[in-house]
Amino acid sequence: MTLDPRIPDGPLDKKWESAKFKNQLVNPANKRKFDVIVVGTGLAGAAAAASLGELGYNVKAFTIHDSPRRAHSIAAQGGINAAKNYQNDGDSVHRLFYDTVKGGDFRSREANVHRLAEVSVNIIDQCVAQGVPFAREYGGLLANRSFGGAQVSRTFYARGQTGQQLLLGAYSALSRQIKAGTVTMYNRHEMLELVVVDGHARGIVTRNLLTGEISSHSAHTVLLCTGGYSNVYFLSTNGRGCNVTAGWRCHRKGAMFANPCYTQIHPTCIPQAGDHQSKLTLMSESLRNDGRVWVPKKKDETRAPKDIPESDRDYYLERIYPAFGNLVPRDIASRAAKAVCDEGYGLGQTGNAVYLDFAEAISRLGRDAVETRYGNLFEMYGRISGDDPYQTPMKIYPAPHYTMGGLWVDYNLMSTVPGLFVLGEANFSDHGANRLGASALMQGLADGYFVIPNTVCDYLAGFLNTTVDHSHAAFSDAVNDAKEKTQKMLDCKGKRTVDDLHRSLGKIMWDRCGMTRDKAGLAQAIKEIPALREEFHATVNIPGSGKDVNQTLERAGRVADFFELGELMCRDALNREESCGGHFRTEHQTEEGAAKRDDDDYMYVAAWDYNGPDTPQTLHKEILEYEVVKPSTRSYK
Amino acid sequence: MSAEAYSLTLRIWRQPSVNIAGSFETHQVSDISPHMSFLEMLDVLNNKLEGEGKEPVTFESDCREGICGSCNLFINGKPHGPGDGMTTCQLHMRSFNDGDTITIEPWRATGFPIIKDLMVDRSGFDDIIQAGGYVSVRTGVKVDANSTPIPLPQAEVAMDAAACIGCGACVAACKNASAMLFVSAKVVHLNTLPQGKPERLERAYNMVQAHDAAGFGNCTNEGECEAACPKQIKMTNIAALNRDFLIQRVKSCFSCDCS
Repeated sequence: MTLDPRIPDGPLDKKWESAKFKNQLVNPANKRKFDVIVVGTGLAGAAAAASLGELGYNVKAFTIHDSPRRAHSIAAQGGINAAKNYQNDGDSVHRLFYDTVKGGDFRSREANVHRLAEVSVNIIDQCVAQGVPFAREYGGLLANRSFGGAQVSRTFYARGQTGQQLLLGAYSALSRQIKAGTVTMYNRHEMLELVVVDGHARGIVTRNLLTGEISSHSAHTVLLCTGGYSNVYFLSTNGRGCNVTAGWRCHRKGAMFANPCYTQIHPTCIPQAGDHQSKLTLMSESLRNDGRVWVPKKKDETRAPKDIPESDRDYYLERIYPAFGNLVPRDIASRAAKAVCDEGYGLGQTGNAVYLDFAEAISRLGRDAVETRYGNLFEMYGRISGDDPYQTPMKIYPAPHYTMGGLWVDYNLMSTVPGLFVLGEANFSDHGANRLGASALMQGLADGYFVIPNTVCDYLAGFLNTTVDHSHAAFSDAVNDAKEKTQKMLDCKGKRTVDDLHRSLGKIMWDRCGMTRDKAGLAQAIKEIPALREEFHATVNIPGSGKDVNQTLERAGRVADFFELGELMCRDALNREESCGGHFRTEHQTEEGAAKRDDDDYMYVAAWDYNGPDTPQTLHKEILEYEVVKPSTRSYK
Repeated sequence: MSAEAYSLTLRIWRQPSVNIAGSFETHQVSDISPHMSFLEMLDVLNNKLEGEGKEPVTFESDCREGICGSCNLFINGKPHGPGDGMTTCQLHMRSFNDGDTITIEPWRATGFPIIKDLMVDRSGFDDIIQAGGYVSVRTGVKVDANSTPIPLPQAEVAMDAAACIGCGACVAACKNASAMLFVSAKVVHLNTLPQGKPERLERAYNMVQAHDAAGFGNCTNEGECEAACPKQIKMTNIAALNRDFLIQRVKSCFSCDCS
């Protein structure tokens, strides 16, 4: 099978305009004849459901949460990029496009990224119109800040809770449509199967998380907006409920999974405190605007940070990357932290922490100014660590955060299963091998508000006046499959808890397929994971029944999928004999320890086709072509 | 900070469903580090219960960093437990002492029926937002974001109110189980901004109507809500809400069209 990305013809900056014109439309009176299922109601899902409902489609939206307002998009702190150039500092659509392609280490699709940069400006207009309370200057105009990996100030923010405010904006738009009756909302429903009829996605199977009822829902198209899979590591910055289940069940039904090994380890998280840890907390990387990262020059330093004189400190990011300093992209900052810690300069008992110091910013700007910028982040840090960051530097360490990989989609965001569209973090996305800060919110909202309303119509127009036959055997078969899998897990009644097994998987993934990877480790993981997966299915213990709320059962189903995904991530990482972005193979580095790409052999998207649980996936390649940007060695020095 | 390990007695509310009476169950946990979060302590208990083949305690949480509003425990008689301006997931065991007995209950309010154990149904909040917690604009507006300057103090008032996470602590703390702090936070957020002005009065009126219909009680200005709010939303918002509500109420009494 050849992967056709269906990139429109014409010059890069005219492709989106041309696609919008060429795509078939559905006239207003016909839109209500189409049923659209949206799975997941974070930024991408809520924005898509609201926009499509408003256009007149019949939307059914599903979330595992008790309300769309709880999606993990809410936890994004730092901001959202847009090429508004309000600061007059040289920004433009082209520059945002270029920065994103370069930040992704030349492993993303030019046309998609350009579209993202184009619509970024519309997102800000949209959100302000909705009442999103972005930060403002004294003159009443919108404020901006700079963010990791960018030399312009293009990031819009709402204190340290930008994700919350954007999600509440999308949630309010969705609520308006629910009230108007164009969207039917299904809270506390988890998607367990995709229903494929005659090769097209025509519905889903869900489990009602309150009653345990497993049932099917039909539609002309299914939009997957279900986020990323960092929880494969057990410990990550994701919410406890974040999972890959919806995406993985689609993968099993024929949707190819692209670039699963592209994971982002966020440099500024609160270090792990002990074995009990249930998740890691991210501190917005906006902190790196004013915070300086350092470690003591002496190994086994015992002095308190304030007693260590400047001459005994190594501000290693400023030393190695003088041009970008503390603002280097996330992958570079993370690996640099790991490198100094691996060399033995790390802090504390674990040795896995570096300082993020605000003393200089406080003396330069005053405590009040620092508090205005980062007050809530400092407070959050203080609560978790018990330390006061105004008095003593924060301690930080990288943690799994975002996953650039996901289901493969074409330019219209359609997967390899016709009728199945994938939006936001759940698709393999526009970020290539590494995502720049403040670009996840941008992509989620771009996909939901501006892309999908202009692309889903092209697919639907071909099915005018067709009905989806809900009595088709594909629906009852999928329901029976889901019931059987659920019951099998419940009947196991083994000895190990779900969390225990998940932690074991997480450790393998972090050690073998985390910040750095190598051939031997990955090969080892590919042996260990299936064995652990078998152990999971033989020994997992799920108390209770499937007939009411059973949070252990919910987690078990998600962890079962993480085992299969984890194995694929390792296979993908093993296949990719190069280092790029968040994927760092120790065999492939420059003499200075920087990532060494192999553009001749690996400038492609690796899309994996499912062959069953015990047979490795088949690799398909989408060759990436760069017409405008000349791939170069990414340098932030 | 001490590195000792705590042993604790937990009195936890267990209830199979809304229609079956619940009761307190007592559990012992040991080896609890003061650096653990409160919910991690409950994870330890649940893992222990699961290991024994018993049903774990159902409670809600997701982001575990104080922003999603999922977690909602009533700890020792206080929503989100001891400590001001924080959610249950931000509470750490260093706030307790070795040997403590901790009582853990769900939110108790007519508007929040119990689903199971410590999990309650907060869909009433969604109903309230659907009644008017939005600005009626279509996707794809073509008005530049900077075309309407908003004075900084005004933007700050809106942001302070918009910080509400919809956890329901205000309701749990209120003797009337009123959700007026929640309603007022959304109303003040939107009504303060020029974008929200056109629908200001209807919004206030409709959201209060939805609030009453969802089974929440009336506000009698006790102030428990403000004290319990993890995001420190102010009661003054309720006064602003009442003003807009009253204007609309009077207008609708006289079926007056003027604004």
